[in-house]
Amino acid sequence: MISIRDLHVEFPHRRGLVTAVRGIDLDIHPGECVAIVGESGSGKSVTARTLVGLAGPGAIVRSERFDIDGQDARRFTDDQWRQRRGGFAGLILQDALVSLDPLRTVGAEIGEVLRVHGHRGDRAARVRELLSTVHVPEPERRAGQYPHQLSGGLRQRALIASAIAGGPPLLIADEPTTALDVTVQAQILALLAERRAAGETLLLISHDLAVVARLADRVLVMRDGLIVEAGETGTLLSAPGHPYTKKLLKAVPSAATRGKRLGGTGEVRPAEPPGEAVIEARGLTKRYGKHTVVADVDLTVGRGEIVGLVGESGSGKTTVAQLLFGLVAPTSGSVTFEGAAWTGVPERRRRALRRRMQFISQDPLSSFDPRWTVRRIVAEALPRGAAVEPLLDRVGLGAGLLDRHPRQLSGGQRQRVAIARALAPRPSLIICDEPVSALDVSVQAQVLDLLADIRATDGTALLFISHDLGVVHHLADRVLVMHDGAVVESGPVDDVFRRPAHEYTRALLDAVPTLETL
Amino acid sequence: MTPRYRALLAAAGFLALMLVVVALPGLIAADPLAADPFHVLEAPSGAHWFGTDQLGRDVFDRVVHGARHSLTIAVAATLLAVLCGVLLGMLAGLSHRYADEALARSFDALSAFPLILLALLFIAIAGTGPVSLVVAIGLATLPHYARVVRAQTFVVRQAGYVTQAVAFGHSRTRLVVRHVLPNVLGPVPVLAIMGLGEAILFAAGLSFLGMGTQPPSPEWGAMLSEGRNYLSVAPWVSVIPGVIVTLTVIALTVVGRHLQRRVEGRLA
Amino acid sequence: MIVLRRLGAGLVVLWVAATAAYLALLAAPGSTVDSIIGDGADTPLIRSQIVQEWNLDRPALLQYLDYLWRFGHGDLGRSYLLQRPVRDVVGDQIWPTFELAIAAALLGIALALVLALTTRRPWSRRVSSTAELVLVSTPPFLIGLVLLSVFSFQLGLFPVSGDRGFAALILPAITLALPVAGVLTQVLRDGLDRALEEPFVVTARARGLRERAVLARHALRHALLPAVSLLGWLCGTLLGGVVIIETVFGRPGLGQVTLQAVTSEDMPVVLAVVVFSAAAYVLLNTAADLALLVIDPRLRGSTS
Repeated sequence: MISIRDLHVEFPHRRGLVTAVRGIDLDIHPGECVAIVGESGSGKSVTARTLVGLAGPGAIVRSERFDIDGQDARRFTDDQWRQRRGGFAGLILQDALVSLDPLRTVGAEIGEVLRVHGHRGDRAARVRELLSTVHVPEPERRAGQYPHQLSGGLRQRALIASAIAGGPPLLIADEPTTALDVTVQAQILALLAERRAAGETLLLISHDLAVVARLADRVLVMRDGLIVEAGETGTLLSAPGHPYTKKLLKAVPSAATRGKRLGGTGEVRPAEPPGEAVIEARGLTKRYGKHTVVADVDLTVGRGEIVGLVGESGSGKTTVAQLLFGLVAPTSGSVTFEGAAWTGVPERRRRALRRRMQFISQDPLSSFDPRWTVRRIVAEALPRGAAVEPLLDRVGLGAGLLDRHPRQLSGGQRQRVAIARALAPRPSLIICDEPVSALDVSVQAQVLDLLADIRATDGTALLFISHDLGVVHHLADRVLVMHDGAVVESGPVDDVFRRPAHEYTRALLDAVPTLETL
Repeated sequence: MTPRYRALLAAAGFLALMLVVVALPGLIAADPLAADPFHVLEAPSGAHWFGTDQLGRDVFDRVVHGARHSLTIAVAATLLAVLCGVLLGMLAGLSHRYADEALARSFDALSAFPLILLALLFIAIAGTGPVSLVVAIGLATLPHYARVVRAQTFVVRQAGYVTQAVAFGHSRTRLVVRHVLPNVLGPVPVLAIMGLGEAILFAAGLSFLGMGTQPPSPEWGAMLSEGRNYLSVAPWVSVIPGVIVTLTVIALTVVGRHLQRRVEGRLA
Repeated sequence: MIVLRRLGAGLVVLWVAATAAYLALLAAPGSTVDSIIGDGADTPLIRSQIVQEWNLDRPALLQYLDYLWRFGHGDLGRSYLLQRPVRDVVGDQIWPTFELAIAAALLGIALALVLALTTRRPWSRRVSSTAELVLVSTPPFLIGLVLLSVFSFQLGLFPVSGDRGFAALILPAITLALPVAGVLTQVLRDGLDRALEEPFVVTARARGLRERAVLARHALRHALLPAVSLLGWLCGTLLGGVVIIETVFGRPGLGQVTLQAVTSEDMPVVLAVVVFSAAAYVLLNTAADLALLVIDPRLRGSTS
């Protein structure tokens, strides 16, 4: 169906060219499912878009061979490309909230494909049919709604419906489940499997090996614009040949990696058993008007303990973090921190204890004053005159970064600076809200190793909030599962995740794509 | 060198020239009031680069000396507007709901008046003259700065780094001084540069209507107004000061946009 | 519900504006009666008329409430200089100004749409951006003078002054429209650029849409959002602009009335014009808010 040899894609930049893809071969045969896996900047998305002639503005595409459906695409005119788009290949991007036009109804978006590809007959009826095909309930009503009125899962289904509307034999899905909750992700993956069973060929692009593992026949691992390894999914996962693939596989946190280092070799220094409670919340409830966001949550974190708090979006886990941190006052319930009352007292009284509790967010960049250098950011948290270098050294950053601004750092470096700043006041508790969600898996591995080390050496307690069950299983001692504002289950991680008592926990665990189940 | 960079250099050079002209007009130009009844409405030549006007005064000398009047008025008005605007905007942004709402509505109401009419209202009450012109322009452009600063204050107040700084147990005053103030004030100079161009246009317009500097002292807008009666026979008398106004405003805009891109690039 | 709230906010702004204008009158140096007389004839009879009309012998609060009441009913008071009700003074001159403003607005908007949508290629774009910068930075009266000298004096195509017929409308409308077009083109172009970087544009292109359709069906709507919110600003610019344009082209209209009133310190007329333009601004701004609700469903704030 598609046969490409020695594909290069370059983009003009202020100084010279930036190469995104540097010589890859790609064959896709009818009816198969191929996955391209790689971290950010690997060139996987550019490759996918090049297949529909949308590499990007000013892109220079060169290749030895670029055959699409038996025709030489290197000689395609704009018109010929347009016929292929939607007609031969449908493109599904991540996050339908921005990948569907927010100002148009879902029905108009799907109908547009039909119009472009000369659909005859009742277009509205066909739109409803398509929505039913992707299992959107009440297609009639949904067709008249806007993307922001639909849930994440329904939106993504609508996006898929628009991609298949032109009846393309090939579907290209670029991170189709990345912004979704794990249970919704499972449903979308099932839908893609269904499309494949219906005879469509699938090209999946993902940063997550586990997501594509169950679906793909072949996996291609990309890095820096090159394919470093390609092979049958089973073989590649069980016996990876290239060191990078091995490193990637090893970096995936899961139950099996507990106590081990993800980034290097060896084990993490075992931690002391948890001590007395650092923070203790009783009956924590937060209501906004009639809406209950957090309902009667009890939570304790002991000295040197890592407690995981998992749940899907909207489960209230971030609000719990804000309540514990004291940014938001609870409607009822109380928090004690280091034996002193933490809620119901004025901020003035809390200030003395503030430095004992630190906070790390998912998006470190916004947590730094944009005018400040790394040196000043970390120094703000230290006692006056204390040196910054040892702290940076501790989180694995060289002194060379001291005078950089945060925006000049990579995502992993930023999160390390955030951790250094959190460590500076020697806190007894760090609340981490999705600290690794925005990071590539290899960088995530390093940050998780660092957090485990900090706990072991300093005895700092961590409240680790995450949607990723694998990460929590890898790192945490105990876990609380939140659903609709309430804790539905809690206990030691192994107990909860291996023998879930609550049906929601079971559903959550079933939905997680893992490499082990293969 | 990209065309954009060339334009920036040219603009910066022009502004530097303007600064010299404002500081030391006598250096390059003779007396702007010296009339010469024998050389009336002469076209630009070697002797009179920009020609002469209806009284035989040298247009070049008048344009050079006029820079001081026009630019001083614009700069003073902009300073007034920025100063008051920033103060009021921050006050609104940092105060509690009702005070903020009241201030915000007042900004809205002031913006509801067309700039020129608001300035004219002020002049109708306070009379004409340069000082009146400065205050009128300052008042009319103030709400713009106040609104921008208020919005910026909200953004900064809710920024992650302010929340984060709470964790170090700092007092509210310290948060405001160390994090909120600098980040709110950061973009203000750029705003002021862009606003200066607007103030120049505005001052020229009001002078054109006879609300500013009175003849015979040279001022760009007033020169345009005087020269328009001779438009068909001696277009240079009015067109040249007009073109100088345009060039100044373009230069300010080009420089301002460049700085804005840099600020945004740094903050993004 | 949202519609009502927007209307309410508009009324509040209008109320504050009217109050501000009133306070300005009170704050004027000298007695309020002197301010209202301006350069008009100063007789005891006229003085007592003014005191009666503005209730100057009653408590301050009552004066203010009465002023609001009168303005709210469209009674703009009396010009003692012209010896006529202000409503007639303004009403006589409003039509030529309205004509000019509408013509300029339509022309400016049309020009901006055409320029923003057609100059997408690097070269044409650079030319257009430069032209916009020049237009926005040029004093409008200079544009007017240049047009006047070229088309009326040199070529004799259009009348030099007056408001007789369509031909006399063309040059003033162009003069007023050019700076407006400059600003709107910049805003629309920025909006288009930003929209074209959004992921949904990739999706749209991947459906096989022509570039023209991507612009017209997807990007343009997004670009319209910031442009529509400028409607209030547009109204202010036009009303302010006519003061200068009418002077340049010797056209009768609201601008001339204002200017004369300012020079002769005829406060009732100045006050009326200022409050009238604030009302026009509020009206258009509210219309813009409602138009935004129509274009952008996300603002309607209903989720399932």
